[in-house]
Amino acid sequence: MAVDSGERAGIEVEGLVREFKNGPRAVDGIDLRVAPGEIYGFLGPNGAGKSTTVLMLTTLLPPTAGTARVGGRDIVKEGPRVRALIGAALQEAALDPLLSGREHMRLQTALHGLPRAERTARGDELLARVGLSQAADRKVGGYSGGMKRRLDLALALVHGPRILFLDEPTTGLDIQSRTALWDEVARLAAEEGVTVFLTTQYLEEADALADRVGIIDRGRIVAEGTPAALKAAIGRPTVEAVPHEATDRERVAAVLSRFGEAGEGTRREGASVLLEGGESQLAEVVRALDAEGIAIERLQLHAPSLDDVFLAKTGRSLEGAEDQPAPEAGSEEAGAVGG
Amino acid sequence: MSAALPTQVGQLARRSVLRTLRQPAQIVSALVFPLFLLAVNSGGLKDATDLPGFPTDSYLTFALAVPFIQGALFSVMNAGTDLARDIETGFLNRLALTPLRGAALLSGLLAGAVVLGLMQAATYLAVGLIAGAELAAGAPGALVLVALSVSLTVGFGSIGLFAALRTGSGEAVQSLFPVFFVFLFISSMALPLDLIQTQWFHDVASANPVSYLLQAFRSLLIEGWNAGDLALGFAISAAILLAGMYAAATALKSRLVRT
Repeated sequence: MAVDSGERAGIEVEGLVREFKNGPRAVDGIDLRVAPGEIYGFLGPNGAGKSTTVLMLTTLLPPTAGTARVGGRDIVKEGPRVRALIGAALQEAALDPLLSGREHMRLQTALHGLPRAERTARGDELLARVGLSQAADRKVGGYSGGMKRRLDLALALVHGPRILFLDEPTTGLDIQSRTALWDEVARLAAEEGVTVFLTTQYLEEADALADRVGIIDRGRIVAEGTPAALKAAIGRPTVEAVPHEATDRERVAAVLSRFGEAGEGTRREGASVLLEGGESQLAEVVRALDAEGIAIERLQLHAPSLDDVFLAKTGRSLEGAEDQPAPEAGSEEAGAVGG
Repeated sequence: MSAALPTQVGQLARRSVLRTLRQPAQIVSALVFPLFLLAVNSGGLKDATDLPGFPTDSYLTFALAVPFIQGALFSVMNAGTDLARDIETGFLNRLALTPLRGAALLSGLLAGAVVLGLMQAATYLAVGLIAGAELAAGAPGALVLVALSVSLTVGFGSIGLFAALRTGSGEAVQSLFPVFFVFLFISSMALPLDLIQTQWFHDVASANPVSYLLQAFRSLLIEGWNAGDLALGFAISAAILLAGMYAAATALKSRLVRT
């Protein structure tokens, strides 16, 4: 995927490394490219190196080796220019519980140098966009987790960044808040052309939002591609059919065999097949079984998930595959590794 | 786009003041604790005024200098703890992603200490005068006394900022408070330097800058105008501020490793 330079550049990373004193390599030579307007999902377990990568790309932590350009600017040599191009909502919504949402907006718009006349309007616009107008004058200490995350996102957008870094933006949120945040992120990319670099440990988040996914484990990218391509690369979807009458099992197996080779692990009462043509063949399978007059009690499609991809690449399941604790951002002496 | 330095300082000062005003516990403890000690000391040690050479007949007037120092020491904890919390919560990283300058961050954070210092000085002075203390330097002296108190509060606040930036821990900052308090107790807090008879204590108190800060306050309360004592008090206060700000600025560079 070509990534241009200058105004429309995305993110280009080559051999990026971060080592901490007395610790392992948190990030161990990663390469990646994110095109302008793309949503890139950076998926991995806690301690895999996601947050450390984000800290480096947002210029808050110098890399030990390697290079990266964000928005066409070098993250080491052009830190202030990079920061002017990016917005970031880092892990844990970093908000002041004693200030209101509106006061956060006032501070952030002023520090980003927005003209005084525009600050209030910009703040109000963003608060409305994330659904916090009603709560704007309440202290943030009384906000729910979802409200804090939405305010965090709004604060990251104050100066109209072209590139947005979101570090585990929905961790700990209920499904309603999570979906609302996904919608806003998708809208930013689709309507405003914002490039989004999103770290997550949630498979469904990467699946639902990301145009492409990079899977990181122990500081290394172990797989990269579109969610569909990654899943397709490790295997085809399986359809399992269980007939209503046990005596029809052989007939079911015969029908399924037209669509590919038999699947493994099928229950004794049914039959399964690895769909050579992918998930789109499911309808044909249903029609073929119907044409044979076989009554089906249960029909299940097993599509490979990103967890299967992670399992195939690392030998471990994504859930529960935690490594190291997160580092303290900005501390050179941190001896541990970020998520 | 980049905000001008005064805008950055102003915005962070506004936040610092709001934070201070919205934490009544910080304000109340910084006001009440020194006044409580003043009441205890001025009641229990009032016979010290009978000692030959004691500079005043009112031990309350003599002891009134102490709350200004105690109150200033609270700013180590208050300013430092606020910044440490910003580090712990990641708020400092949020600020670091803006075009914020380090000087603006440190100056803005001390604004809350200035407000607290003003409130403390006005309260201590008002309560002291109502209780019967004297202010020999009169109304102009009150303004100088408040100015000295605020400058000292800001100076100690800068040490709190340094501690927060160096450790990144609110608990570590709070643990500094008793250490600084020791300096107050080994000073001329209870007796004038020339009346301290125990030699080692006299030597330690004479070497302790806190004794001269107390003397600067006392000069306004007891004598009127003593240019030498005031100059020394302001000089020590300025030295604390300069040292604290230099140390804090150096620690900020290590803490904010943004490229």
